[in-house]
Amino acid sequence: MTEILWLGRGGQGAFTAAKLLGAAYTADGGRYALAFPSFGPERRGAPVRAFTKLDTKPVVDRSQTEHADFIVVLDDTLYSPSLRGLLKDSGRIIVNSKSAADGALTFDAEGIAAEHRLPTVNTVMLGLLVGLSGVVTAENAVEAIKGYMPQKIQERNIAALLRAAEEVSR
Amino acid sequence: MKKFLSGNEAFAEGIRLARPEVISAYPITPQTIVVERLSEMVEDGSLTAEYVHVESEHSALSCAIGASAAGARAFTATSSQGLLYMAECLYYAAGGRFPIVMMNADRSTALPWNIYGDQRDSLSQLDSGWIQAYAENAQEALDLALMSYRIAEDKRVSTPFMANLDGFVLTHTYETVDIPTREQADSFLPPYETDNRIDFENPRNMAFSAGPDTNYIFKFKEHEGVLAAREVIAETEAAFAETFGRLYTGLTESYLTDDADYIIVTLGSIAGLCRETADKLRKNGVKAGVVRIRYMRPFPNEEIADILRNAKAYAVLEKDVSFGNEGTVFTNVNSALKKAGVEVRGSNYIGGLGGRNISAADIEKIYTDIANGAHGVEFIGIGGGDNG
Repeated sequence: MTEILWLGRGGQGAFTAAKLLGAAYTADGGRYALAFPSFGPERRGAPVRAFTKLDTKPVVDRSQTEHADFIVVLDDTLYSPSLRGLLKDSGRIIVNSKSAADGALTFDAEGIAAEHRLPTVNTVMLGLLVGLSGVVTAENAVEAIKGYMPQKIQERNIAALLRAAEEVSR
Repeated sequence: MKKFLSGNEAFAEGIRLARPEVISAYPITPQTIVVERLSEMVEDGSLTAEYVHVESEHSALSCAIGASAAGARAFTATSSQGLLYMAECLYYAAGGRFPIVMMNADRSTALPWNIYGDQRDSLSQLDSGWIQAYAENAQEALDLALMSYRIAEDKRVSTPFMANLDGFVLTHTYETVDIPTREQADSFLPPYETDNRIDFENPRNMAFSAGPDTNYIFKFKEHEGVLAAREVIAETEAAFAETFGRLYTGLTESYLTDDADYIIVTLGSIAGLCRETADKLRKNGVKAGVVRIRYMRPFPNEEIADILRNAKAYAVLEKDVSFGNEGTVFTNVNSALKKAGVEVRGSNYIGGLGGRNISAADIEKIYTDIANGAHGVEFIGIGGGDNG
């Protein structure tokens, strides 16, 4: 099973990214995913977690991820080196940040989002994850955006996702 | 068509396919999404129903009762304090034999105030006369929504149906769900027809009083109606499998229980992790099994006794406690064994209260404990590192 932990702030769309990844992974059938937010009241700006679990057999463990393959951090004020405690040994942390961070890969996701006139970095971070991990194809990620995001914002998000995926797969 | 949906959304899809004519709605976390989706469906025309905003849960169920008494298929949904607030009406709906379907998002009850999932809300209402089902995943939730009306409306049953989904862990978790077509659903579930309705051409007495001379007859009939659901559930699931290709297994679902020494009895969304843990223990030579109770009413007395008969020990894992006694599911399971003359050592594990996580390690410890002779009632986690 591949597990992804998403960290963001309320309103940044971390859970939307978690959901899009699950939808992308299961799009062709024969594969299974669970996506869920850290449960509780939704408050803009408050730290939120979201989880995506991916597997080739049905995922029955609905508990929160304790050892992730990837931790994706949408806001660098939420990053701390202690997050390594929530990673598998081979796991990696991806952070949206303009500066370097100890123990993590950082990318200026905000820069890419701004290029595409997007107020949030969630689909950029999804693109970075797709490019770095290959857990889903960029094509399936694009299909997930088409299936589960409002039509008027699809085009910009698709462009941002593809740009981010390309950024890291070069 | 397959879609990536939450438990609430999947249940709403099932209700859309069941064509309720009246939906009464009052939102409460974690149920809100189901009534929001249904309001969108009514708005966009994919569901034709009278959508009634009411001022409380008491009114939500009263409205559904009125609609059902007019001969309409009615739906409402609630959770936690909302269920308790409408408790008075639960008994009216059941006693009036109105086959309303209600989704309950299982959630903790106050105080301390808490919005997270446990099953103390619905299990406190076992005696209200409703059929009670517990789903494990979003697909089962959708399928229950469709099957529920066929079971509730059967003339042998005529009993309201409460479909329970674990709050957040099921209601807010997204997974792939197969949504049947409108044609399939319509062929499976015919429109509601009943004589138990207000009809000016054929006036009849409804919702009346019954004194000591006749009251017990009504209560006996009500009991028979819920008991009859057992057979109707089996028939409905057979017809469902024929139409949709998914087979459900009646009041319980067993996993590796045939030769099991140690069996966990549980209900709802935690069952999957129990099965995975049983698999793991089997690799170490421990004969572990799981039985998931799908229906608390009617209660699977015979099934439970048959499944546990040859075990060395069992544990009931539940998100509920009846203060001053034990978990209510444990009480029911023990009664089933006693009636069947089955003597197996049993223990009760209370977990997941107020949404607390139940981990694979917790479940493994239950199996280890009962293999080592544990018996009694234990609160998972109490005495651990982070509490008293």
